[in-house]
Amino acid sequence: MNTATLRRKAIFVQSIFFATAAVLILTSIALVLFIGSQGLRLFTTYSPADFFFGTSWNQSTHTYGVIPLLYGSLMTTFLTLLVSVPLAILVAIFMVEVAPAPMRRVMRSTVELFAALPSVIFGLLALTIIVPWVRETFNAPLGKGILPATIVLIFMVQPTIVTITEDAVRTSASSLREACHAVGATRWQMLSGVIIPASRQGILTAVILGLGRAVGETMAVQMVIGNITVRIPKTLTEGATTMPATIVTQLPEAADPQTRSALIMVGFLLLIIAFALILSVRTVTGRSSKKPKAVKAEAPEPVSPDPRDPLRELEREMEAS
Amino acid sequence: MNPNNSNGTPAANGKYILQADKLNVHYGNFHAVRDVSINFERNKITALIGPSGCGKSTVLRSLNRMNDLVDTARIDGHVRFYGKNLYDPDVDAAEVRRRIGMVFQKPNPFPKSIYDNIAWGVRVNGVRSNMDDIVEQALRGAALWDEVKDKLKQSGLSLSGGQQQRLCIARAIAIRPDIILMDEPASALDPIATLRIEELMTELVKDYTIVIVTHNMQQAARVSDYTAFFSVTPDRTGYLEEFGQTNQIFTSPQSQITEDYITGRFG
Repeated sequence: MNTATLRRKAIFVQSIFFATAAVLILTSIALVLFIGSQGLRLFTTYSPADFFFGTSWNQSTHTYGVIPLLYGSLMTTFLTLLVSVPLAILVAIFMVEVAPAPMRRVMRSTVELFAALPSVIFGLLALTIIVPWVRETFNAPLGKGILPATIVLIFMVQPTIVTITEDAVRTSASSLREACHAVGATRWQMLSGVIIPASRQGILTAVILGLGRAVGETMAVQMVIGNITVRIPKTLTEGATTMPATIVTQLPEAADPQTRSALIMVGFLLLIIAFALILSVRTVTGRSSKKPKAVKAEAPEPVSPDPRDPLRELEREMEAS
Repeated sequence: MNPNNSNGTPAANGKYILQADKLNVHYGNFHAVRDVSINFERNKITALIGPSGCGKSTVLRSLNRMNDLVDTARIDGHVRFYGKNLYDPDVDAAEVRRRIGMVFQKPNPFPKSIYDNIAWGVRVNGVRSNMDDIVEQALRGAALWDEVKDKLKQSGLSLSGGQQQRLCIARAIAIRPDIILMDEPASALDPIATLRIEELMTELVKDYTIVIVTHNMQQAARVSDYTAFFSVTPDRTGYLEEFGQTNQIFTSPQSQITEDYITGRFG
């Protein structure tokens, strides 16, 4: 095969890759634009202020205040991460540093199994176990609300956060464990002083992905949160809602175009919030990741300015050519 | 920690600071090191050489209980440090590693600043005062001070490989060990950086006892006072074939296997 044919082939393959990437990017942009334009149509018939600051959402009275939805979403996400992240870090450290090998294997497969469970199964379990428990323990008439939604979300995001955190901790531990022991550090000093700080990047990636799952989870949350959209809940054990739960509950019965655009607008807002959360976490991590990561290529170190040094000679030749 | 090496420690057994006595190491069912006995002389460099898989790194790691970190490792025999067996039940492994430091094959600085790479190791040992002096002394001792004194806050990982390895040496000497174990410290470095490490070793040996594992025969011949040659045969792994003054090992080895190895006939 001559070089011209080879080059044509290379160009052909390259354009396939380029086209694939372009399609992917264009689809994403189109998606955002479509949802945005559909959603923003709401504001031709409804005041943006009433949408963004309204504290009640009621289809039958054509009130579309997004605050109860927003509150439920942010509250469940925040509470979920508040519990999940420290828990996941502890579990990951236990798996890497403490658990004997057979136990580690069992834990890992269990975690992976959890990650593969369909969310409706989580919802069913929550409905039959968590909701009755909340009803009795907190004397809540329904037993549905932000608390049971948070509990089920903790179970759901745990596999993601644990798997990625464990990966990060294991990687940094394998290269730094010996270095820590060699200076006489105890296991706790090693973990808190070196391993966890070194795993920060991976842990934050885990948090982002957990965040994505928590804020976007629809089915399981919708089953246990109560779907009360007309007011902001005062406690964690009374009926509430989240943005995705509202969309999935109300869209099938949304008869008029205004309600439909209002719900699509909620979807658009959810998209923006998800992007914003991810971006903000990235900015925070970005600052710490500016340090050079890998071992730099070995720069020749000045030892002696000996002109006969063969390496220097070689360097000079290379520079000259 | 006592900054003075010789104070408060049991008397050394003559001139030997460290003595391995009938050392046997198993990894599970694999007998990696068998019946190795070597005496390490104070303020000398002892090189451990031999073909891959001969157990020389395992011996090195047994000298400061680094093998404790390997779940399957089992160690029999004695390693006496100033006459005290390091594997006695009343000995704290962390304290052992404080007194017998280690430098690894691949430079492994902490993902911290140059300053903290040294200060952290000192701090975990309970020393908090005069940190600036300790860091400077350690970096000077590792011949790195002049290159990094203006960028102590930069990450240790921003240094070149050779500088990183000297940073690891500085980290080891900052906690004032008596012995420094080096596991092929220059094998990941270019010839010039290697030369600097070797120069540094000949400086360090004035204050420390050094045991080095190396694959590089010339390096062993250049820097060490004593050489231990380990060998491996299909039915026998990890035994000490010959031990003696480096001169003698390289010019008139007693054993045929040693001669074959150092003249490059196998390995």
